[in-house]
Amino acid sequence: MPHDHDHDHDGSELDEMTARVMALETLLTEKGIVDPAALDVIIETYETKIGPHNGATVVARAWSDPEFHDWLARDATAAIAAMGFTGRQGEHMQAVFNSPECHNMVVCTLCSCYPWSVLGLPPVWYKSMPYRARAVREPRAVLAEFGVTLPDTTKVRVWDSTAEMRYLVVPMRPSGTEGWSAEALAELVSRNSMIGTGLARAPGAAQ
Amino acid sequence: MSAPDTPIPGITGAGAEPHFFAPWQAKAFALTIALHEAGTFTWPEWAAAFSERLHSDIAPPTATSSADHAEQYFTAWLATLEALLARLALTDPAQVAEAAQIWQRAAHATPHGQPILFERGLADRKDS
Repeated sequence: MPHDHDHDHDGSELDEMTARVMALETLLTEKGIVDPAALDVIIETYETKIGPHNGATVVARAWSDPEFHDWLARDATAAIAAMGFTGRQGEHMQAVFNSPECHNMVVCTLCSCYPWSVLGLPPVWYKSMPYRARAVREPRAVLAEFGVTLPDTTKVRVWDSTAEMRYLVVPMRPSGTEGWSAEALAELVSRNSMIGTGLARAPGAAQ
Repeated sequence: MSAPDTPIPGITGAGAEPHFFAPWQAKAFALTIALHEAGTFTWPEWAAAFSERLHSDIAPPTATSSADHAEQYFTAWLATLEALLARLALTDPAQVAEAAQIWQRAAHATPHGQPILFERGLADRKDS
């Protein structure tokens, strides 16, 4: 049965990878296992609706609301779900808090497990083999590549994600932000600061 | 695995942000999410299969661009998905190869600007 497919492409050749994915989509659609329209919704959701702004609001609330901070430390899965950010893979969340004594950094050495519900999809570098291979072995050298230099007295702790457990780094709240609203604080929380390859921005620093 | 000093790609610059560098990568990702949500496999099952593949058949990338890394990553992703579906007897590798060939032939036979149709009859013209 012919079925319409209006993929954009500007030639009459399909590359092998595209053809293989279209083949899977066709066969699984014919079996009624997937719905092509649902696939488009998934892509749209992950590209536009879920992103690091979710995590930034969690961090900003933890900075400004001591009760939420304690809840996040105790049961991050529930505290984050209460803000409306629920993982679709049934994973548990753990929040790890940076301090002058300890800097936390997250990797997935196995593949690319990542806290999607709060950070969206992982950036290329997070998925790349060099990051996966080096983050545990030489975290300070990796941090240097990201432009982060920590005092020698700060210990670096690397957390290895799994399919069941994902980590959210809560960076240190920048000084000079006393009395700021959670909305204003969230602007200082970059994606990398929640993976531990960055720090929260100082007030007035360029984005 | 990786040499100690292999630079990490895409930390800054144009390659840092896009998650997908080609539509097929997004579609392969979405197919996997949809199948998981339909209960076809658990996420730990997926992660175990994917990590096994990432650690078995991938040579360190020779190029350092973000696009190359993404292509390698999603190539492994798609191969994992194909293998997992075959193992679950949801698709047959020969059928998948045939359907892919039908799509390629259909594209080839379709004038530029026309929608490409998936028609099984085209498979009959398969190479001997």
